[in-house]
Amino acid sequence: MTEQWVKPYGDTLGDGRVQLSFTLPVALDETTKEGAKRLAAMMGIDEPALAHAEDMGRGFSFFIVYGLCRHRVDLASLHVVKPEYEVLDKEAINRLIADKLGRRMVVLGACIETDAHTVGIDAIMNMKGYNGHKGLESYHGMRAINLGAQVDSEDLVARAIEEQADVILVSQVVTQKNIHLDNLTRLSDLLEAEGLRDKIILVVGGPRISHELAKELGYDAGFGTKTYAEDVASFVIHEWIKRGAA
Amino acid sequence: MTQLHLDQAQIDRARDSARRIAQRVYDEMSRFTTTTVERATLRLLGVDGVDENLVPLPNRVVSHLQERQLLQHGAASAVLGAMKEHGLSAMQVAEAVAAGTLSLNRPKNEAAARADADAQARSMCERIIRQRTQREARIKSVGEASLPWLYLIVATGNIHEDIVQAQAAAEQGADIIAVIRSTGQSLLDYVPYGATTEGFGGTYATQENFRLMRAALDEVGERLGRYIRLTNYCSGLCMPEIAAMGAIERLDMMLNDSMYGIIFRDINMQRTFIDQFFSRMVNAYAGVIINTGEDNYLTTADAYEAAHTVLASQLINEQFAYLSGLKPDQMGLGHAFEINPEMENGFLWELAHAQLVRQVFPDAALKYMPPTKHMSGNIFMGHLQDALFNIVSTATRQNIHLLGMLTEALHTPLIQDRFLAIQNAKYVFSTMKDLHAEIQFKPGGLIESRAQTVLAEAERMLAEIEEIGLPAAIGKGMFAEISRTPDGGKGLDGVVRKSDDYYNPFPKLMLGGR
Repeated sequence: MTEQWVKPYGDTLGDGRVQLSFTLPVALDETTKEGAKRLAAMMGIDEPALAHAEDMGRGFSFFIVYGLCRHRVDLASLHVVKPEYEVLDKEAINRLIADKLGRRMVVLGACIETDAHTVGIDAIMNMKGYNGHKGLESYHGMRAINLGAQVDSEDLVARAIEEQADVILVSQVVTQKNIHLDNLTRLSDLLEAEGLRDKIILVVGGPRISHELAKELGYDAGFGTKTYAEDVASFVIHEWIKRGAA
Repeated sequence: MTQLHLDQAQIDRARDSARRIAQRVYDEMSRFTTTTVERATLRLLGVDGVDENLVPLPNRVVSHLQERQLLQHGAASAVLGAMKEHGLSAMQVAEAVAAGTLSLNRPKNEAAARADADAQARSMCERIIRQRTQREARIKSVGEASLPWLYLIVATGNIHEDIVQAQAAAEQGADIIAVIRSTGQSLLDYVPYGATTEGFGGTYATQENFRLMRAALDEVGERLGRYIRLTNYCSGLCMPEIAAMGAIERLDMMLNDSMYGIIFRDINMQRTFIDQFFSRMVNAYAGVIINTGEDNYLTTADAYEAAHTVLASQLINEQFAYLSGLKPDQMGLGHAFEINPEMENGFLWELAHAQLVRQVFPDAALKYMPPTKHMSGNIFMGHLQDALFNIVSTATRQNIHLLGMLTEALHTPLIQDRFLAIQNAKYVFSTMKDLHAEIQFKPGGLIESRAQTVLAEAERMLAEIEEIGLPAAIGKGMFAEISRTPDGGKGLDGVVRKSDDYYNPFPKLMLGGR
């Protein structure tokens, strides 16, 4: 395979120009500034230049550094896992559901555990959708139930049993110290324990979610930002068909 | 800024509708008390602490009264009766009840127990007034922040780490520190006890945490020559208790909405209406500025289409606040800058909405919230969105300015996120300090017309709510497009119909006879 090496671009191919900003928990002085530059160098940045250094008070200082990234990466050598499906429009999805399921597909959505930020799940689930892309509630072929914020994983699983859900969509938006990973693992473990994991298509979305991370956590797919309802719907119907064929 | 031309008669009609809406809810709900109202009453009478299983003593006593079918009479006279009969303090009564060595009964002499309760309540009221006086004295001696007040959150989960961050934030320019609660605390039917060092997405609201942070902010405020206000969350299943704790520890602001818990936390409607009344009464008495949560409607519904729901809700919140004795300058009515940045002329509509709210509530301590819904993770764009928000805030003379973070939607703020947020706001507030006095709205222009439209829509919405009643309106999803029913949600089991001889010493002391 042809190699495809890349490095950051500023204004000349291969210049490696990058910016970064960070705080050091010490007051600003000449030593601190030198320390910030050394740190940048250790991060792989050649010719680090302190574009800005400012004392933030109470023994903290803030730095903006520009420099040249020493590293490069061969894109051809990477294998990124992506959910494989063709993105269809709403009508095509509805038709597929009618053909293949012969009933409405039941989709449960929730922000689980500690997360109270429903922006993401609302954008996918609610009638209005987001940015002109209507949500799953507007799909005739689907019964979309948005449980909203801070749903306990146990409650979500109980509801999935009660509603005979085909799909569970989970959103994790705001996280602190990576608590979203624990939350997500807990849900997939619970489904496993209930013997439901094979019956339910489990999807997670959020700004820090990649498909690869989702797979690692035992999910069928993960969606990041710029995902709309039709992306999720296209994936789940394809996944449903794929499972039926298997 | 020159005023928008608005029809005052229309504002009056909308406000009259809201008054009747709130009064009707109040009349229906004042026949009930709740477990947390009674627990708050006990806290105000001096009951605190936890049992060996960390269950708060106010919960133990109230459960005990419920088991003995006594709660409908009110917790105060049973406890005061036992104090007199056994020669114990309120704490000792609670400890004995928790230990199982004392069973509470109706007092032998109801009139004497009530008189004792009044006396005990009066001494707590005096303590709260002393805190209120101390706040005023401190503001006088160390100095008052200039408007808009910069409001910043800390949320490390550890109160000691919060203190470091809060003091740093104050040094950088914050005027108000809000300690975000651990996620999910709003759904706990008790208030945790003591200093806490672990939480998720925030720090537990406990009386000890309140006390620690208050002392830290007093200390840094003296150093900076500016009184630093402390905020917490008087919401969820323990609104009245949080209010009581805040009154005792001199919190300055409380998030305290009449409907937020119902809509966004699925807390039972009856429970919330009763709890918000009592909690606001305590907040009013303690000189606390409440913050309402209308900004949240705009994160769920579209900020342009739902603008009138904010105004309608603010008018309802204002009337509930009056019923609890709050003055206009204690009403931090909430709204937000949440219009989609891709919308053409969105900035004009934000100006129109903010100025409309300013004019409808000229004396309120308006709370203006930054963009969150359309913050994308592109921190450079986010910083710019925050700058536009800052411009609207200073141009329309908002009071409580919640700082927008360029990393909104990414993580709880890092120290440099806060630093940059303050820098951004201070720059805009300084460079545009007198802009508001220099510019005029074009009569009949886009901004004025938009404000008039929103006002008219709010008036219509309030007329409809008045017709069907607020519970039915919430049931129809008229706020934030979320529907709740009077018997749904969490906490209904804590609603108790008062008996005819129900007694609570605080309303007459705090409201002066209502």
